[in-house]
Amino acid sequence: MSVQPNVGKSVVEIQGLTKRFERGDVVALQDIDLAIEPGEFISLIGPSGCGKSTLLRIIGDLIEPTSGTVTVNGKPAPRARADHDYGIVFQDSVLFDWRTVAKNVSLPLEMLGWERARRKARVDEMLALVELQGFGDHHPWQLSGGMQMRVAIARALALEPALLLMDEPFGALDEMTRERLNMELLGIWDASKSTVVFVTHSIAEAVFLSTRTVVMSARPGRIANVIEIDLPYPRTSSTREDPHYFELVTRVREALHLGSDLDAVAP
Amino acid sequence: MRRVAVTVGSAVLVLAVLVGAWELYRWIWISTGWTWPFLVDDTSMPHVHTIVEALFKQPTAGVGDILIVQLFHASLFTAKEAAVGFVLGASLGFALGVVMSQWRIMQRGLLPYVVASQTVPILAVAPIVVVYLGSLHVAAWFSVSVIAAYLTFFPVAINTLRGLLSTDRRAVELMRAFAAGRWTILWKLRVPAALPYIFAALKISATACIVGAIIGEAPSSIQDGLGGYIVNFNQYYTLNPQNLWATNLIAALVGISFFLLVVLAEKLVVRRAPEYVA
Repeated sequence: MSVQPNVGKSVVEIQGLTKRFERGDVVALQDIDLAIEPGEFISLIGPSGCGKSTLLRIIGDLIEPTSGTVTVNGKPAPRARADHDYGIVFQDSVLFDWRTVAKNVSLPLEMLGWERARRKARVDEMLALVELQGFGDHHPWQLSGGMQMRVAIARALALEPALLLMDEPFGALDEMTRERLNMELLGIWDASKSTVVFVTHSIAEAVFLSTRTVVMSARPGRIANVIEIDLPYPRTSSTREDPHYFELVTRVREALHLGSDLDAVAP
Repeated sequence: MRRVAVTVGSAVLVLAVLVGAWELYRWIWISTGWTWPFLVDDTSMPHVHTIVEALFKQPTAGVGDILIVQLFHASLFTAKEAAVGFVLGASLGFALGVVMSQWRIMQRGLLPYVVASQTVPILAVAPIVVVYLGSLHVAAWFSVSVIAAYLTFFPVAINTLRGLLSTDRRAVELMRAFAAGRWTILWKLRVPAALPYIFAALKISATACIVGAIIGEAPSSIQDGLGGYIVNFNQYYTLNPQNLWATNLIAALVGISFFLLVVLAEKLVVRRAPEYVA
């Protein structure tokens, strides 16, 4: 496993993006410019209220920007959403209780009108990818929180999108499960050759996973710094003991504090 | 197996306690001569065994079957009216709920009338329905079904609306991320997620439609159902109070059966929702 090569044009390209919420006249995001290359694993990190989740939703065309342009796979964001160019995972797994695990994963396939045999083959493939073979007939409530999250990832990847958007997916899990899922996510990322945009408020998680960490500051939400995470892949539990890993954690932390200091000084 | 035993056991226990309470109340009030809140005697509160015995006697000596056989046929007749009314009312209620959930303007426009419909006493509506449908040469029992439907649709409409509007916001976002349109979101997400709400309403309606059918039989002059027996035994209450009580008992049993059927349907459907509702 190695850092996936940057080839071709950007998967996500954001230019001059501003988002103002009418209610309360809040500037959630201001002058965001960001290009994400194929195969990258980008973490968005910042204090609450910095607009990282809003930015993720704008990339997914779930929220409209006030101004600026967003392209995904070279297309405007609404077009990319209509074309199923991305998959998304939220903090809650948002599985449908009335569907089995297999039927949850096959939901996006059903919506595209795939026939049964083709759906089954893809669902089996996805469940193998997230190591949940044999759990297809279970209902979501029969699984642990970590397993539910893996089902949500399988569902997001079912249509093999170029882009995977993740909004604090492991935030509600305990530390042990979280570290294990971080490792598994890197495996899935490598196997699926997708590009990941990952929102988190954990510095350790951002550094461990990413090729680049985008540090944001709040009020208004801006990009304060972008830090290259030049740790070699595959990353393992020994990565977390690498002195360079600690240096990078410190750099991200300082960037975060610098961002919030600027915020405190600004009028 | 053990769960069934516990359920049956507790039902029998509750029944025994209720019978005991009835007889104890009777005994205390009669022996002390209390008349508050009402006079207790064999007319106002017949013995439980008198009521049960009445089921196995001919209501008019020497004429026809014993009461329980007559009431069994009457129950089937009323149950048919109620069942048709239930299906009509539940379908109408569900359709109204869907329409109101999808267009805010429909909710604003329709909801007041839906609520107002239930403030009109059913006894005032029933004769109008019977006369109007009678003029169209519709079978009399069907008029009764329409009256039953009138009581059935309301809880279903209100709860369907409520259920369809309480969908998890993030689940809707997820569906939009999959480029789902309004109708796909409705059938794949909102309706299955609303099923517990809808079944709560169907349980209320299951008992309400029986009441509607019994009440509807009176203005239709239908003698074949439980309503006919109730009207009849009401007139002779002072002579044979146990007959009316026995009929009430059977009417309650029909209501309970309807309720249990809905519970059974819920057990089957809610577990396997997509196949049934999608």
